[in-house]
Amino acid sequence: MSVDSPPRFVLASPESEFYWRSGADGRLRIQRCGECSRWVHPPGPACPFCHSRRVGPEPVAGTGTVATYTINHKEWIPGFTPPYVFAFVELDEDPTVRIGTNIVDCEIDEVEIGMRVEVLFEPSGEWHVPLFRPAEAERGGGT
Amino acid sequence: MGERMERRAVISGAAQSDIGRRLHRTGIDLTVEAALRAVEDAGLTTADIDGVSTYPGFGGSFGGAMGAELHEALRLSLNWRSAGVETAGPLGAVHNAILAVATGLARHVLVFRTVVEGSGGPLRPGSGGGGGGGMAGSAGPFQFMIPYGAASAACWVACYARRHMHDYGTTRTQLGAIAVNGRANAAANPKAIYTDPMTIDDYLAVRMVSDPLCLYDCDVPCDGSTAVVVSHRDHAPDAPAGAVGVNAMGTAIRGRPSWDQFDDLTSMMMRHTAASMWERTELTVDDVDTAQLYDGFSWLTLAWIEAMGFCGKGESGAFVEGGVNIGPDGSVPLNTSGGQLSAGRLHGFGHLHEAVMQLRGTANIQVSGCEVVAVGAGGGPETGCLLLTKGPS
Ligand SMILES: [Zn+2]
Repeated sequence: MSVDSPPRFVLASPESEFYWRSGADGRLRIQRCGECSRWVHPPGPACPFCHSRRVGPEPVAGTGTVATYTINHKEWIPGFTPPYVFAFVELDEDPTVRIGTNIVDCEIDEVEIGMRVEVLFEPSGEWHVPLFRPAEAERGGGT
Repeated sequence: MGERMERRAVISGAAQSDIGRRLHRTGIDLTVEAALRAVEDAGLTTADIDGVSTYPGFGGSFGGAMGAELHEALRLSLNWRSAGVETAGPLGAVHNAILAVATGLARHVLVFRTVVEGSGGPLRPGSGGGGGGGMAGSAGPFQFMIPYGAASAACWVACYARRHMHDYGTTRTQLGAIAVNGRANAAANPKAIYTDPMTIDDYLAVRMVSDPLCLYDCDVPCDGSTAVVVSHRDHAPDAPAGAVGVNAMGTAIRGRPSWDQFDDLTSMMMRHTAASMWERTELTVDDVDTAQLYDGFSWLTLAWIEAMGFCGKGESGAFVEGGVNIGPDGSVPLNTSGGQLSAGRLHGFGHLHEAVMQLRGTANIQVSGCEVVAVGAGGGPETGCLLLTKGPS
């Protein structure tokens, strides 16, 4: 599809900076509570469940499921050449961790709700923007 | 059920400025026009106005005009003024005015919502594109969508619409009934932006914007101002055009206050907001004579229809299909002045204005015997509603 290094307007906060840097070593990280072990997204200053401040980034597998998506036919931001897919992906570790992303490396009409996907990263300045593509099994193995 | 404080208030006046695609007038100019008409409509003078309330409380194309600008422009003398974006959607400005009147802080509050989005410039990255009150320009929650080109609420609502279609079998033909109904009703509204007839085939043939939302699923930016006067119910007998009662207001924000992290991808915050309204009244959904439900995007109206309880969860597609139930002679005449899809994006206040006209019996498409109107405005986490009655509640 045609998300070909569009402008990635990342405006990280101190709490979220790790998320946008995480891909430097090829791994996606999500905030997790050191007390109750719940995953927290978007990241915040404390665990919203037990209110512990012992929260920090922890690697995840980077696999998940497309919960829903839209195919944009309008260039909402210059440089995002339509059509492009914006999707919400629910991570395997905890489906309530829902992250917005683009689905890439597949035809637009292949994307569907329930599709298995895996993370990849697009370098953009100082950031590594998490994108998703069909999981290896869905791509037909190939190895 | 104990006393409902909102019933101490009525809407005594309602008016609109000129409304157009591009009027090339300032937001405060339009606001003054609507405000002066509303004050006169309420049987008052500006000397009687002792409160001002608006949403969101800043200028620009989305904000229109600040409360302080109207305060200054009309040299008002106020006991209370309020504006803000962290409300139950745009109708939060009305909720606040009702509370000010009910608690005695003010007696006649001028409430307005002004937009100059027709004349406003193109969407810029990070500007949010409706909803969010500018949060996208910071490292706030929109930081997780802007880097992916999801810069408009169209992208976010489209994701909910898609999941609703997936889970419940809702079709584009069903969704299109909202747009077709709005266009048909707009033909009777002299202030509507688009009045050319539209068929469901026209709807299905138009270009996609954020699939499954097409151009006709998205409201039309416009320039215009709507003002209402919220007064103490003691003023009702002196309101020459007729006072509209406030029976209940819905303000709840019980889920995650987020466009992207709400727990259920087939409903939005209006589910809780409408529930909180019904908790405050002995009336039921069966008492509603017409519904004015936000259609910034057509799918939001389906979400409101389900939230209000006009049908069961997931059943809104079938409910609206073909337009019979929601037409002027249907069980729930919907958006009888055309809604935002065709009459212009007045951010919920076009719906509010129409509700007042219906309860006065002066609407362009009048629902006969109209005594109760449900008004719901907003989408995502920014939703609010009102149950209004003919005369004080
Ligand atoms: Zn915890």
